[in-house]
Amino acid sequence: MHKVEKKIIWKEYQKEIPDDHYFFVRSCIRQNFFPGSETFFLNLLRKHLGKDIFEDPRHTTCTGIGYHTDVVPFETIMTVVARHFALMTEAGYEHMVISCVTSFGIYAEILETWKHFPKIEEKVRKDLKIATGREFNIPQTITHCSDIIYKFRNEISSIKEFSLINQFNDKPLNVVEHIGCHYSKMFPAYGVGGAEFPQVLSGMIKAWGGHVLDYPERRHCCGFGFRQYIVQANRGYSVANTKKKFESMEPFKPDLILCNCPGCTMFMDKWQYTIAEMEGKTYGKEKIGIPVLTYEELTGLLLGYNPWDLGLQMHQVQVELLLDKMGIQYDEFTKYKSKDGEDIGQPNIPDLLSIPAYSNCKI
Amino acid sequence: MDNPTYQIYYQYPLIQIVKSNIMSQKKIAVIGGGVAGMEVASQLDYLGHSVVLMEKEKELGGHVQNWFQLFPDRKAGNEIINQLRSKILNSKVEIKTSTQITDVSLKKNNIGLLDQQNQIYNLNAVVLTTGYDLFDARLKEEYGYGIYKNVITSIELEEIFKSGQIINPLGKRPKRIGFVHCVGSRDEKCNNHHCSKLCCVTAVKQATEIRTIQPETEVFCFYMDMRMFGSNYEEMYRDSQEKHGVKYIRGRVSEAAESIDGEIQIKIEDTLTGRPLKMNVDLLVLLVGMLPSKETTHLGQKMALNFEQNGFIKGKDAHCHSNLTNEEGVFIAGTSSGPMNITDSISHARAAAMEVDQFLNVKN
Amino acid sequence: MGKFGFAISKGSQIDYDKNDHSLYHYIKINEPSIQLCIGCGGCTASCTSVNYTHFNFRKLQLLISRGEKINIDQEISKCMLCGKCKLVCPRGVNTRNIIFSIKRWIMENRSFYEQT
Repeated sequence: MHKVEKKIIWKEYQKEIPDDHYFFVRSCIRQNFFPGSETFFLNLLRKHLGKDIFEDPRHTTCTGIGYHTDVVPFETIMTVVARHFALMTEAGYEHMVISCVTSFGIYAEILETWKHFPKIEEKVRKDLKIATGREFNIPQTITHCSDIIYKFRNEISSIKEFSLINQFNDKPLNVVEHIGCHYSKMFPAYGVGGAEFPQVLSGMIKAWGGHVLDYPERRHCCGFGFRQYIVQANRGYSVANTKKKFESMEPFKPDLILCNCPGCTMFMDKWQYTIAEMEGKTYGKEKIGIPVLTYEELTGLLLGYNPWDLGLQMHQVQVELLLDKMGIQYDEFTKYKSKDGEDIGQPNIPDLLSIPAYSNCKI
Repeated sequence: MDNPTYQIYYQYPLIQIVKSNIMSQKKIAVIGGGVAGMEVASQLDYLGHSVVLMEKEKELGGHVQNWFQLFPDRKAGNEIINQLRSKILNSKVEIKTSTQITDVSLKKNNIGLLDQQNQIYNLNAVVLTTGYDLFDARLKEEYGYGIYKNVITSIELEEIFKSGQIINPLGKRPKRIGFVHCVGSRDEKCNNHHCSKLCCVTAVKQATEIRTIQPETEVFCFYMDMRMFGSNYEEMYRDSQEKHGVKYIRGRVSEAAESIDGEIQIKIEDTLTGRPLKMNVDLLVLLVGMLPSKETTHLGQKMALNFEQNGFIKGKDAHCHSNLTNEEGVFIAGTSSGPMNITDSISHARAAAMEVDQFLNVKN
Repeated sequence: MGKFGFAISKGSQIDYDKNDHSLYHYIKINEPSIQLCIGCGGCTASCTSVNYTHFNFRKLQLLISRGEKINIDQEISKCMLCGKCKLVCPRGVNTRNIIFSIKRWIMENRSFYEQT
């Protein structure tokens, strides 16, 4: 692969990422599936990088899931988003930082709609005023959290304690990066690197010593799709997509999958269990599944945080083998204990996807 | 009798010879030394005019030098170029290579040209044979040209043909080669709505050449339409299927991605069966389209010429005056006016010579 | 399926590399004019069977050339061997002989067939 040419294409898709004074809006589901991620992100920005990041407890879900399943009409979601802009304006901020990729896509879509159809923007302003009495300014920039970490990847690289290098053979880890569809496929100019070769995660991986894998189904959707997933009988479509990706990345022997979208991370992680149960097949070099991390969890690990504080015990594919490869120490006995030392309960062990030697779970 | 001009006009009436002597005082510049440019210049010289042929590269010849073999009869590209070059060298045309025109001034009876060394030329007529450029395939990011080694353009394939053996850039003998039609043409995303005309027949020619040199290599062409407009082109298409076993799949290639061993995985919509199709190829050839060259656009703008929607220079009338432009004294020939094959470029060039001759004749 | 309430969907993508192209090669040897087909559909347009079945010779022949498994046994029995397709084909493909070749292949490969 010619890396020089890729850099030329990426140069054409450089977006403006602000470097301070962020207004943070959370994701609905990330805190459930990946509990440590958003907290870590705030810690990173406030404690390690000394940035000002503000969140208003009155902000709600962006209703993206509702919109994408035809439950919430476009006018409603525009008004909800306008309310967030109003909260941001009230707090005196201009740069919105968004935790969820679908949410990011929603904000981008709405801003683009208003750009091309100003009458709709006027109507939304009126609706918001009538419903809540609020007024708003359009944000100067909207950024996704992964963009921020991408922007500070070199700073993080200089303060990190660990790297994406396999301690057993001193080679860079093989990392698969998966970008959520709503990040740049809709509006390539809103994503770093455009739609075909997005750079936001691969830039991070390269800065931290890993080797990015380009495999044939790299651009393929994970299959989340909202409509497909919400109705149980349709989930077969979703799994089929993720399975296609796994089949395609398998020959490249990945050590880790890195995602920036909450849905994608959940899918890439949990469907490995489903596929193992349905077809008896597991992926990864050691054939026990490929660990999936969010970019915040990865950053946290590199900065030396305790994996269990980052919420890694909640992942379907156990991460111990990856931690060993990276040389990160962890305490098996506190894995399923809360901060006060109480037992928080343990999951059952699946047939194929466990790591018996490391697992603290009772069989 | 030794005067070659007199010899050529030996069978012509006397008055023509007298006229030609007066006319040879008028100077014509032909800008662009490709197939069309060389033909216009030598024809105008034949008609007794004083011609200067300007070419920005070090040698005359243009794009056709890069083609290993030409359709429809598979003669060597160099054969045509050598023929045209020797006609020029045996004529009185003043050849100026490594000369690029940077500025133009159009006055009532005089056209002034300025080259990059600040030399000024004063002319009575100018023929723009500045030709075309090929589409930059890197703009179609989804095909990975310039990123994946086994994705090349049709012109790079000709270089491989010249080497005599078909080996892909990773050094392997390809088991399967795919051709992608309409790269950069008929594509709103590239801002080019026009059809580049020649790519389909180029694909058929190259597919046939591959199957002739290396019959064990499978060849697939992924087309939207098969535009076999010229003489013997449809027959070539038929032969490629019947005698050479080239396979054609109608549908657009959506993306190309590299597999672990450098093979390229492509996804196509197989429109005739109505299903998406996936396959691996060892070499993917992009049939890049023709766009007006930078010089065509630049000089056309400097001379305030009208352009077609596709960016090529517009002829004054589509049927009877395709060599004239909206500016008096400025003529076009060959691919500066639109995508053309060599046969049509040469015919167009000869027509341009007649138009220039009549124009200068009337001026008298 | 029972545990989850859904099964992994198969999708309609033709995986050209994984498909079995033996039927197409068999026909090519017996009737090389199959290579001339351009998918114009003249054969299906003139087909008698089209009036009362879903028989589509153009599509059938194309799917065979992609290596797709289809119910050829059932489909090919719908052909009446009237020969109108052969009369109409602008490329001169001997469509009727292709049908015969397919029938012969089915006979020779009965056991393969039963698995499809």
